[in-house]
This record gives sequence, C-alpha cells and structure tokens, in this order.
Amino acid sequence: MIVAEPKSLAEIAGYIKDAKKVLVMGCGGCVTVCLSGGQKEVDILAVSLRMLRAKEGKPIETVCETLERQCDKEYVEKMSTLLEGVDCVVSLACGVGVQYLAERYPEVLVVPAQNTKFIGGTTEHGIWEERCGLCGECILASTGGICPIIRCSKSILNGPCGGSSDGKCEVNPDTPCAWTLIYEQLKRQGRLANLQEVFPVKDWSKSRDGGPRKYVREDVLL
Amino acid sequence: MSTFEPKIVAFCCYYCAYSAADLAGSLRIQYPANIRMIEIPCSGKIEHTLLLTAFEEGADGVYVAGCMEGDCHYLKGNIRARKRVERVKKILDEIGIGGERLEMVNLSSSMGPRFAEVAREITERIRLLGPSPLNRAAAVSGKEEDSGR
Repeated sequence: MIVAEPKSLAEIAGYIKDAKKVLVMGCGGCVTVCLSGGQKEVDILAVSLRMLRAKEGKPIETVCETLERQCDKEYVEKMSTLLEGVDCVVSLACGVGVQYLAERYPEVLVVPAQNTKFIGGTTEHGIWEERCGLCGECILASTGGICPIIRCSKSILNGPCGGSSDGKCEVNPDTPCAWTLIYEQLKRQGRLANLQEVFPVKDWSKSRDGGPRKYVREDVLL
Repeated sequence: MSTFEPKIVAFCCYYCAYSAADLAGSLRIQYPANIRMIEIPCSGKIEHTLLLTAFEEGADGVYVAGCMEGDCHYLKGNIRARKRVERVKKILDEIGIGGERLEMVNLSSSMGPRFAEVAREITERIRLLGPSPLNRAAAVSGKEEDSGR
C-alpha cells in the first residue's frame, strides 16, 4: 500500500486561510488502511479545522466525504455534487488522489493534507515500513524475496557494504542490513550459490531516471 | 471571571466510573454540578472525533474515566483510551485550545469518594484555566453582533 503521514494542522490551515467552505475528502484505499486518510481522519481534520478557525473568529464550513478511491476517475466523478459553494478541497489521499481531483476539477483549489511517504506494509499495528522502491525491474527472485534496492540504504546490488555491522546498517542501528537478511534467507533455502551471481549495473531508465512512467495494456483499452 | 462555571463533559465507562458516580450518589457525596456525564460501554469506545466534538460543542474541559489499568472488562479498552486521549491532547495544543483541558483518569466501581474528588479536581483545574478559547471567541463575536453589527 501507499503509506502517507498527515501534515501539521497549521500547514493545512495555511493553505485554506481564505476559504469559507471546504470539502474534506478522504480516500478509502491505501490511506484508510494506513490510518491516515480514511473517514475517521476526515472527521478529525474537519472538526480541528472548524475549531481552529472559530477560535480565530473566521468560522469555516466543512463538507466531509470519503471516496472509494481517489485514484479512479469513476469515483472522482461522483464528488461533483459536493462541490457546490466549496472554495477549496482538502484531500487526504496520497499524491495521486490529490492530482486526480485537481485534474478533474481544475476550477477548484485542491490541497494535500498528507505527505506521501512510501510503498510499504504494516509490520505491527501503528508501524509501517518501506518495502518497494518502484525500480521497474524486480529482482526479488534472486535475492530471497528481500529487496536490496529499497531495504539497503545504498541500494547496492552486490552487498553487503563495509557499513554492515552485526547485521545492522550503519545509517541506523534499528535498520537491518538488507544483504545480511538476503544471506540468511538464501542460506535457509540452501541457495547460497545465488550470491555468486554478480548483478550488472542496474538500468535505472526503467525507474524514475526514464522520466514519468506509463503502462499500457492494449487488450483492455476500451 | 469569578462567576465562570465551566462546562465539563465526562465520558464514563459503564463498568467503573459510571458505577462509582452512582455510588457517590448513594453515599450522598457532593460533586460539582459542572460535570455532564456520558455513559459509554467501555472507555475504549471513545473516539478522537467524539472528544474534539465535545470541545466544539462548548465544553471547557473533558475527561475520560476508565477502569484501573489491568482491570478493563474488555482487557485493553482503557489502555487504548489513554493513547487516544494523549493524541487528542496534541491536536488540542495544535488548535490552541490546550491539551491540559483534556484528561484520562482511572477508577474502579467502588471508588465513589474518589469519583467526587476527581470531579472537584478537574473542575478546579478548568476553572483556573478559564473558558475554552473557543467559547471566548464565541462570546466576543456574540457581543459584536449584539452591538448592532
């Protein structure tokens, strides 16, 4: 899932300081699962903004809603009826959702309520960790299902580096060395010989170095 | 300011604080009339939004009263309630209302006198803090409207 972290109330309030009526829009996708942008968080943000503005003597009206997903045009289309009299939309989605709303409703100011952090998973309730670097060319089959691109601080393909100590990364003692994890995993699986394979220099053009990416499937185009 | 009587909302767990209030009543122990009690099935039922809404609706102070730690009827409800209260305190600080207007307390159903004591302590604390900034703002805008705007 995409993991996002709420911005401070002061920053969000700064974006909408001239608005009198805002639509606070949550997303029922990843950000609901990572507890930062679903209906509960929409309600918390809306009541907080209303109180902040009431305290300043500049009351604000809020409309609260959560779309199934903000990254799908079909759902974004459904919110048109909610925009009446709205000066600004505060989106609690990831950066994709914010852009989808801004593209569909160019006449309205759409502002983000979150900082989109990474692609990851829940390691325990309330803790999320990064797991995928979106490099565009997955090598997990060779590395025991552990990604050195995102879990190694240097993203090195033939590790570990000299900063690995007692299985921990020199960047942060709480971060396990990805290459130690890979070694242990391959050893467990009796596939240590995999490590004799030397990975060539990675083709980063399949990642962000190739510019914004696009994926097309001809067979499902309408 | 001396005439200020705070409005305080107390979210009370059915299994402890609500029963403790009942006991305080049976024992004829007085506690301030400023407290508006709301019975909840467990302090873990409390939601961030509910606490914030209490302030939006005019409360000067709010507290959540759950069972003693380790004695929750639903095992961890009071622990979760405390964490939510801590988070909402931070939000109240961000808004400028002040996290010190919100508190989490732990009681058991046999603590009738303690219930009254907590009610007095929190009422006194909020009395010293004065009206919620939100109520102050509402009073100012009310006066401006009254003066013929």
